[in-house]
Amino acid sequence: MIKKEMIAMLLAGGQGSRLGVLTSGIAKPAVSFGGKYRIIDFPLSNCINSGVDTVGVLTQYQPLRLNTHIGIGIPWDLDRNIGGVSILPPYEKSTNAEWYSGTANAIFQNLKYMEHYNPEYVLILGGDHIYKMDYEVMLDFHKSNNADITLATIPVPMEEASRFGVVITDDSKRILEFEEKPPKPRSNLASMGIYIFNWKILRQALIDLSDQPGCDFGKHIIPYCHERGDRVFAYEFNGYWKDVGTLSSYWESNMELIDIVPEFNLYEEFWKIYTKNDVTPPQYIAGDAVVERCLVGEGTEIYGRVYNSVIGAGVTIGKNAEVRDSIIMRDTQIGDNTIVNKAIIAESCVIGFDCQLGVGEEAQNVKFPKIYTDGLVTIGEGSIIPNNVRIGKNTAISGGTTLDDYPSGLLKSGESIIKAGDLR
Amino acid sequence: MRAIGIILAGGNSNRMRELSNKRAIAAMPVAGSFRGIDFALSNMSNSHVQKVAVLTQYNSRSLNEHLNSSKWWDFGRKQGGLFVFTPTITADNGFWYRGTADAIAQNLTFLRNSHEPYVVIASGDGIYKLDYNKVLEYHIEKKADITVVTKQMEPDEDCSRFGVIRTDEDGRIREFQEKPLVASSKTISTGIYVIRRRHLIELIERAVEEERHDFVRDILVRYIELKRIYAYEMPSYWNNIASVESYYKTNMDFLKKDIRDFFFKQYPDIYSKIDDLPPAKYNPGSSVRNSLVSSGCIINGVVENSLLFKKVYVGNNCTIRNSIVLNDVHIGDNTYIENCIVESRDTIRPNTTHVGENGNIKIVVEKNERYGL
Repeated sequence: MIKKEMIAMLLAGGQGSRLGVLTSGIAKPAVSFGGKYRIIDFPLSNCINSGVDTVGVLTQYQPLRLNTHIGIGIPWDLDRNIGGVSILPPYEKSTNAEWYSGTANAIFQNLKYMEHYNPEYVLILGGDHIYKMDYEVMLDFHKSNNADITLATIPVPMEEASRFGVVITDDSKRILEFEEKPPKPRSNLASMGIYIFNWKILRQALIDLSDQPGCDFGKHIIPYCHERGDRVFAYEFNGYWKDVGTLSSYWESNMELIDIVPEFNLYEEFWKIYTKNDVTPPQYIAGDAVVERCLVGEGTEIYGRVYNSVIGAGVTIGKNAEVRDSIIMRDTQIGDNTIVNKAIIAESCVIGFDCQLGVGEEAQNVKFPKIYTDGLVTIGEGSIIPNNVRIGKNTAISGGTTLDDYPSGLLKSGESIIKAGDLR
Repeated sequence: MRAIGIILAGGNSNRMRELSNKRAIAAMPVAGSFRGIDFALSNMSNSHVQKVAVLTQYNSRSLNEHLNSSKWWDFGRKQGGLFVFTPTITADNGFWYRGTADAIAQNLTFLRNSHEPYVVIASGDGIYKLDYNKVLEYHIEKKADITVVTKQMEPDEDCSRFGVIRTDEDGRIREFQEKPLVASSKTISTGIYVIRRRHLIELIERAVEEERHDFVRDILVRYIELKRIYAYEMPSYWNNIASVESYYKTNMDFLKKDIRDFFFKQYPDIYSKIDDLPPAKYNPGSSVRNSLVSSGCIINGVVENSLLFKKVYVGNNCTIRNSIVLNDVHIGDNTYIENCIVESRDTIRPNTTHVGENGNIKIVVEKNERYGL
């Protein structure tokens, strides 16, 4: 009989609506990061580097890109005879058919998958953080405490603790109390959304709460187990851990990679991050190009000037173009003489000649003031920007636009043009 | 495709100088992120040749390491696959490969056990993109016994290290001089052949009986009157990397846009083993012009008209000009490198100068601290 000590369940079904047009066509875990990666590469690489070779990836929102990216798991060595990576979408049952209505509900609907591997422990992961973590160390902690459930936690600055779910522990790290976004936090240990469960405990709790609508780990399962007296412990993680759930944190964490010795170092031999590489050629920097303080992906051709930016694979930056403080994802083309300031440009976009992005005074985004902030220009996947237009700050564009979309050739700060993807 | 493939990757050449001390020519890094054999292998894969044997003997470790998994070239299949054959001692043979024909002779079982009617033979040191189906079509159309893929070289090119060919109007080869002192034509053999499988088996068996070991001298040249040997002209870029000069030139050719576009942007792709390196990083103080940079590089200095292969570290205030820096090289601060090929896994000490003078290319082998011990 198959026996795996620990298997992982990776929740990758979320939309990540705070990433605006970046996730209008793809799930958040599939969003590009750091020049060649996608966000899901980090938990997947952590799994294989921690010796977890059985991973169920739960998908729901716009899964095509995730499916093609993961495939049979070759880049992460997760193509296995027994185990490996499996994509687990919602499915129809003989009695009913329902979507995944919450994190725990999604896991509940895949009880059979987990039963098949007969695990001792189940690791629950999210697909929206940038970090390197050894889950095996966390498992050792879990075992040595004889715990039923272990939560990974990270110390955050006390003044920010009210944005998180925090835990209060005793000296042995056993959790006494939970506080969800407390106005006056009594602890700064924030839950990272990473859990190790004893399989039997998890299975029973999921069955007990199977009627709970929108069943969620943080809101329902963990409090339920805690209240009935299960041993719930907090494992303290002290490495780099970054939520990339908002455009400003996404932009910031990309920019942090450019530092001379970045806090999150991708160049270490130890703990490699794996990804699907479909572009192999080297990048070309032309005779009159300038590239300073940048990360640049494979096969990219730079003819213009690029400062302080993260450039993906297969990008072309035209002659005399200037890119500053920006993230440009794979296969996007920037036309000659175009100036790009503080923009996030998603995959396969075509930006015309003689454009200016990120011009003028900052103004709050009219439709989505909470999403498009920090003066960023955000352009969704596959967008087309015509020649000779100017685009202001806190703007969003998605889809093929023509000159008619730009009154007198200008998209004012705070405006949006959404022509593709789900209306948001 | 109705053919199997054989890639002859056994060789060494003293024209490679120190560069072949630790690797076979077919394992030479090329164009930043490839190896010589990637081109022949990708052409096989893209031409739908499903079963390929690589025959290698000189420094075969290097090639074995690169080919340790066949999945990168899409050969990880139940039907066919990639086979690496080094010489072995058998009941009736105790020799190394004594020549190209002998290498095939020692692996005749591979040919006998296949069922495809044709064989494509290629070498591991050619840099090109070619659909072998086109050669096969030509071969069938001409009712040829053997088809040799040829290349018209530039007028100023020295052809004396190649097989030089003269054809009649129909394309049949009438003259074949192997490495002539004075070349009588600019048409050379690229070492790519198409031949019927049974026919190849017969010719090789005959060569074995006569104790002849070289495919060119003992088969092509010897049978030139008897057999219909035809020339198929390579329609696009081809170069060979079997000498330091041609290796340098071929790599530098990739700084040209048309050649880069041909290899990197036009379908189909050239594949290589994946290294999982992070994107290249350009720190303050870096100035890179007209150069190719591969993933995993960290640059703090000046790089001009050069190729940096994977995982090269360029220290502060360095200058690298007209040079090729192979994989995993660490270059200390204030170093000056011009007209050089820097061997892989080198550690170049700070404040040093390496210059290839009088138009010669210097090969820098500096093991030092990191990997020298």
